[in-house]
Amino acid sequence: MLYALKIATRYLTASKAQTALLVLGVAVGVFIFIFMSALIGGLAEFILARTVGDLSHITIEAEAVDPALLITPEGHVLAVVEKGRARTASLPDAETFVPLIAAVPGVKAVSPQITGAGFMTRGAQVSQVGVTGVEPGLESAILDLNGYMTQGTARLGSGLVVLGQKLADDLALRLGQTVRLQSSSGVASVLKLSGIYETGNGRMDESSVFVSLSTARTLFAMPQGVTRIEIKLRDLNAADVTAPRIRALTGLDAVPWTDGAAQLMEALDAQAQTGYFLKTFALITIVIGVASALLLSTYRRRPEIGIMRAMGAGRGFVIFVFVTQGALIGLMGGLSGAVLGYLALLPFPTRDAFRAGTLPLDITQGSYGLAIALTVIGAIAASILPARAAARVDPVTAIGQ
Amino acid sequence: MSALLEVRDLVKTFGTGDAATRVLRRLSLTLEAGEMAALLGPSGSGKSTLLTILGTLMKPTSGDYTMLDQDLIAAGDAELTAFRNLHIGFVFQFHNLLPDFTALENVIFPTAVREGRETPTARARGRDLLVRMGLEERINFPSVKLSGGQKQRVAVARALMNGPELVLADEPTGNLDRVSAMQVMDLIAQVNREEGTTFLISTHDEKIADLCRRRIVVGDGLVTG
Repeated sequence: MLYALKIATRYLTASKAQTALLVLGVAVGVFIFIFMSALIGGLAEFILARTVGDLSHITIEAEAVDPALLITPEGHVLAVVEKGRARTASLPDAETFVPLIAAVPGVKAVSPQITGAGFMTRGAQVSQVGVTGVEPGLESAILDLNGYMTQGTARLGSGLVVLGQKLADDLALRLGQTVRLQSSSGVASVLKLSGIYETGNGRMDESSVFVSLSTARTLFAMPQGVTRIEIKLRDLNAADVTAPRIRALTGLDAVPWTDGAAQLMEALDAQAQTGYFLKTFALITIVIGVASALLLSTYRRRPEIGIMRAMGAGRGFVIFVFVTQGALIGLMGGLSGAVLGYLALLPFPTRDAFRAGTLPLDITQGSYGLAIALTVIGAIAASILPARAAARVDPVTAIGQ
Repeated sequence: MSALLEVRDLVKTFGTGDAATRVLRRLSLTLEAGEMAALLGPSGSGKSTLLTILGTLMKPTSGDYTMLDQDLIAAGDAELTAFRNLHIGFVFQFHNLLPDFTALENVIFPTAVREGRETPTARARGRDLLVRMGLEERINFPSVKLSGGQKQRVAVARALMNGPELVLADEPTGNLDRVSAMQVMDLIAQVNREEGTTFLISTHDEKIADLCRRRIVVGDGLVTG
């Protein structure tokens, strides 16, 4: 079959301009395929980064204990202990688990937190807030608080508070001023405003405040343990795999972010489906282009095919010559398109540097190998029909032309 | 001499019903090994159809055809292709060389296609044949740049490449001037004499026919003389 390869190569090099145009056509199809892969993949990354990037990828929350019942031997309920509104469930052994979780492969950061509700008061102004107590040094472990700071610092310490721009405006607070924070447990503290952030998320900017873990312990009367552990992964797509590992390791109910994001996942899935359609159309274009060009070549070379058949070339040999041409066109077009696609994507920012207003093209998601492989397979499939037509050429009729 | 090939009661009909045309009508013929025969007859007499059937490029409507003791009517396409490659050479009126190949590549095609590659042995034999055809200066010339006579000599070399027992030539000098025609016929006669290759040459040219030792005249689908 080495000889069939030589003939296929000779046919392609004999019509250099035609072959170059054909390869260019295939390369453009591959380029579109790669561009679409990078765009759809990049868009998904961008959307996830914007929606989930600042959230915990895996969360462990303390499970609320059911209220105790006093029941008679006959089964009558005598007394019910009402669930305390102010009491929050806690994870008393969090300190033991944190280093274990941090050692799980793929885990980027672990942030033990105490969360709860409270009221922030300044003069006559009162705002209901959600309080998050985090360990100093881990302020930006989950939410990139440092990146959103507009004034002051995200660094938390005893007696300090960091809050959103909207809340600061509502309370007419300026950096360095004090504010009173009363927790749902009834404990109040006067805190000094050390930083103001602005995430762009209105709800968060007007109602979330951050204090140090020690301040939160005082506010929520929780000398030990935490209410939740937030975990950030290096790859947020690994949450579904990593959460069961953590669950098995700690026995705690580790919940991946995907559990509460069905709508987002559906939207991303729909977007991926759109990408598949567009890429399929690009492939179909390639297949039609190769098939039509080879059919034309078959027609043009009918007399030569007839001569080959008369000289003892079998139908299999003729088929191989034309299929090899298809494969070579696919390979050359695939490689050229992949190189073109890669070069075209180079000037765009990397996935870590995506910004609103720019095309989120992820160069790492170009599916280069897949594009080349599918193109070669598609070109081979496209050449089968012309190859079979060539093999069916009647040598007597063809030579007589 | 022994019989190289034998056809009995060959019938070839093209088309069906009222449009059916019977080109060969129970034609019978025997060719001995080493013969050099001229196939004569008017246009439409069935000469080309007979050559095509003898070359296993077409099957007759009915009749028997054996060559080298093989029944070529019962053989399938793959068998006939292999048989043709080994035992039958063709020289057409129009040279029918592969245009994108050199003279040498054209000559060694029948061997290369059988062996799957161009072997040094095949190249050496191809060169020898081209030298014998007086084309030593044109061995690596693109076939499209050769003159008409040179192309036809390359075609003769190609027909001889696999050392076939039979070479079928359909008007091999039809497109050549007298000098080139005689050069080609001299080469054919030389190969016939020296190697014993059987030639069946279809021609309208009496001078070409005079160079052959036997005349087979076909008329109205039958051998008439």
